[in-house]
Amino acid sequence: MDFPIFHLDFLGNRLLIAVIAVVHVMVNHAMAVGAMPLVTLLEWVALRRRDAALDRLAYRFLTVCFIVTTSLGALTGVGIWLSVSLVNPAAIGSLIRVFFWAWFAEWIVFVLEVLAIMVYTLTWRRMAARKGVHVAVGAALSLLSWVTMAIITAILGFMMDPGNWPVARSFASALANPIYIPQLAFRTPLAMVAAGTLALALVPLLARRDPDLRRRALRLSGGWVLGWLPLAVAGALLYRAAIPQWMLANAPVALATQAFASWYGTLVAVLLAMTGVVLVVAGLAAARPAWVPAAVAVTPILASLALLGTFERVREFIRKPFVIASYMHANGIPEAHLPLLREDGLLAHATYTSVREITATNRVVAGREVFLLACTRCHTTRGVNGVDKRLQALYGPPPWDRDTVKAYLLTMHNVRRYMPPFPGSDEEAGALAEFLVSLPSAPQRLEGAQSAGVRLAPPPARPGAGG
Amino acid sequence: MPTLPIPHDLPLPLPLAPATAAVAIVVLFLLHIVFVNLMVGGAVLTVALELAGRRDRALDGLAREVAATVTVNKSLAVVLGVGPLLVMNVLYTLYFYSANALTGSAWIMIVPLVTAAFLASYAHKYSWERLADAKGLHLAIGALAALLFLAVPLIFLANVNLMLFPERWPTVRGFLTAVALPNVLPRYLHFLLASLALTGLFLAGYFGRAGYPVEERLPGMDRTSLRRRFLSLAFGATAAQLVVGPLVLFTLPASGMSWPMLANVLAGLLLAIGALWVLWGEVVTPATALGGRFAAIAVLLGGTAAFMVSGRHIYREGALAGHRALVAAATEDLAGEVLAAQMRAAAGTPRLKEEAAAAPGERVFKSVCMGCHARTTRLVGPPVVEIASLYRGNPDGLVAWVKKPGRRRPDYPEMPPVVLSEAQYRAVADYLLETP
Repeated sequence: MDFPIFHLDFLGNRLLIAVIAVVHVMVNHAMAVGAMPLVTLLEWVALRRRDAALDRLAYRFLTVCFIVTTSLGALTGVGIWLSVSLVNPAAIGSLIRVFFWAWFAEWIVFVLEVLAIMVYTLTWRRMAARKGVHVAVGAALSLLSWVTMAIITAILGFMMDPGNWPVARSFASALANPIYIPQLAFRTPLAMVAAGTLALALVPLLARRDPDLRRRALRLSGGWVLGWLPLAVAGALLYRAAIPQWMLANAPVALATQAFASWYGTLVAVLLAMTGVVLVVAGLAAARPAWVPAAVAVTPILASLALLGTFERVREFIRKPFVIASYMHANGIPEAHLPLLREDGLLAHATYTSVREITATNRVVAGREVFLLACTRCHTTRGVNGVDKRLQALYGPPPWDRDTVKAYLLTMHNVRRYMPPFPGSDEEAGALAEFLVSLPSAPQRLEGAQSAGVRLAPPPARPGAGG
Repeated sequence: MPTLPIPHDLPLPLPLAPATAAVAIVVLFLLHIVFVNLMVGGAVLTVALELAGRRDRALDGLAREVAATVTVNKSLAVVLGVGPLLVMNVLYTLYFYSANALTGSAWIMIVPLVTAAFLASYAHKYSWERLADAKGLHLAIGALAALLFLAVPLIFLANVNLMLFPERWPTVRGFLTAVALPNVLPRYLHFLLASLALTGLFLAGYFGRAGYPVEERLPGMDRTSLRRRFLSLAFGATAAQLVVGPLVLFTLPASGMSWPMLANVLAGLLLAIGALWVLWGEVVTPATALGGRFAAIAVLLGGTAAFMVSGRHIYREGALAGHRALVAAATEDLAGEVLAAQMRAAAGTPRLKEEAAAAPGERVFKSVCMGCHARTTRLVGPPVVEIASLYRGNPDGLVAWVKKPGRRRPDYPEMPPVVLSEAQYRAVADYLLETP
């Protein structure tokens, strides 16, 4: 409402965040939080066993992680921030005001982590004579990595269940949200498992000239995965138990989208099967590494990445209709504003709109402005999650009846529980319906402020100014 | 047509005092920009030296040594950027995010561009030997990294400039129009020269220190001549600032100017002149070792940067002061209206306007039921005529169903319970059963 409206009308705004965020989670779980303790362990084992070849393998594994985390990992992390600022500035602006000190602490830990990984990687060979110290650096780095995840998880948990914050409004109450510990208890072993599966995939490549090293490294990696996997499963159950009940009802659409919501059971089975694949391959690697060719060794990391990506999608979706539970809806509009917006309308109070008053001649334009303000955080006109598909699924091919669509807009939150209530006046619902039914004959895609700029209507009359 | 957007601010308090935030943003930004300068300057110098190194092998070796510093400095540059970005987001929420949205395509390109720059830097550094016989390709990789590092600062500059001028927001159509606004391009030039100057200073210290193994890494070169070479670069770039600096000052829009701001800039200028004086000494007769003169240059140039960043902050606050007052007033007004509407809703008397006056039952039907129930045809649920015949003379039965729908038709989706007031239930039931 108060920011120029960035909008991607084909890919949809959610996908921008999703691609960047899922890449980031894959990199930082598998290559930072999970990989640093694994590399440190391998270095320590190599030290104990005087296994120079294993030491070199650990170093090469670390180098791969170093290169990727300091480029792709770091930039997608910033990228989440940049993309969220574009797609939902009201939400991220609010979160930063609540959690500023958490993010500040996170930042200090990031700086230490970057310094630690540079020291750990760049002094590996130089510190050959002081391995004990070097392993300690690895341990410190592992702890720092984990702390960065621990801090951000508090914020993610808050978005799903702010606990006592709506009443208490303090930083402590925000931090003490009920989902925090369960989510952390899930993510920590999950990251460890992801790193182990990455190691399983890379060992055949990194140890291709030394079959005996390959076997030793596969055993260690497989054993690592087996050790952490039960904890990951336990963590997942603990997390599921902590999710607010009403959110679980969103799970089928969260997992499979509306089109395939009836496949929920099948998809859950697929996810369980993927977990089984990780278990079996890791078990084989730990007990019978000779039976694990490269093509098999690579399946657990693929399964891990698929599971991670799925988890993030589900976590983001089941929170709807909220972006900050019980405070702000996914459209960026605070729940507290709804009574006023239902009375006066969204257009009366929006900063960036070309229409303030709906008249007989500007209905479709007014509807388009309402669409931009109320719907585009999640929907496009004819692209990903396009409203044309939604209407088609409900009412068949166009033309659609304007009054029917209007009635649906006012009631859909009763049927689709992940939709927020319509944040505007009755008249605006009508205008939006007219815009929507005009879409099949509309000539172009909707452009966002990043290319079309903004339009300003005269400001609304101040109260008591006789308006 | 109005041209000044006056958005509402977020109704959440700032997490730190404005004075603390001001100190934080100046200090943290300084740390960040120093490493950005070293990253950009280093990348450019690496390419320049490697190009020159095609005729003088010693310079190729020097280029490689410089490249090694870039990959370290870049990581520090990016991680140190988080702090000032955080304070920016908090202090200037509306302004910063508005500028981001208006330049959104370019803004989000920061992610792939910087990632590519980093990966190219790694590739350039680690393939030096392997591509020794393919210098053209190797140079191209280095040039790619340098070009990316040169392009990205423009995206930041366009944003931090645009954020200060809300009256310009309605005139912007994408990143290119934002870059063309005053005074982005002069500032960019100012930044480039600063990068070269600071990198020269840094490398003079890096190569010129006693602990650097010059015989092993750069055979044929000595510390003193390396120091002199790089301090000459620092001198030349800083001297050029005597032209570009005033250009920046004179193209700066007047809205944020103030005497305190100018005082800071002037102080920075004086320190820069002092730095030039000492630098000249080093260029003409370099010291035999890294010592007092080098420290003096570092302090003077550091002081220049500090005053410029402080001056910039004062300018920023000055440019936004008026608009912030308007925003504060609008925010307070809105908060009052939100509260009043909430109270009316809680009391059951919202001031709703509906499109057309209609009897209560018809109104409920049109705003609640019509989305799924059409008159004579199946839509999502069965048509009204069918419902009417099923419940003829039985409005209570219809109301009971609406309150708690069962599941009678397996080939239809399940109807959700509908929540209304008792009067509304009765009105809509009567309305529906009126249907012939």
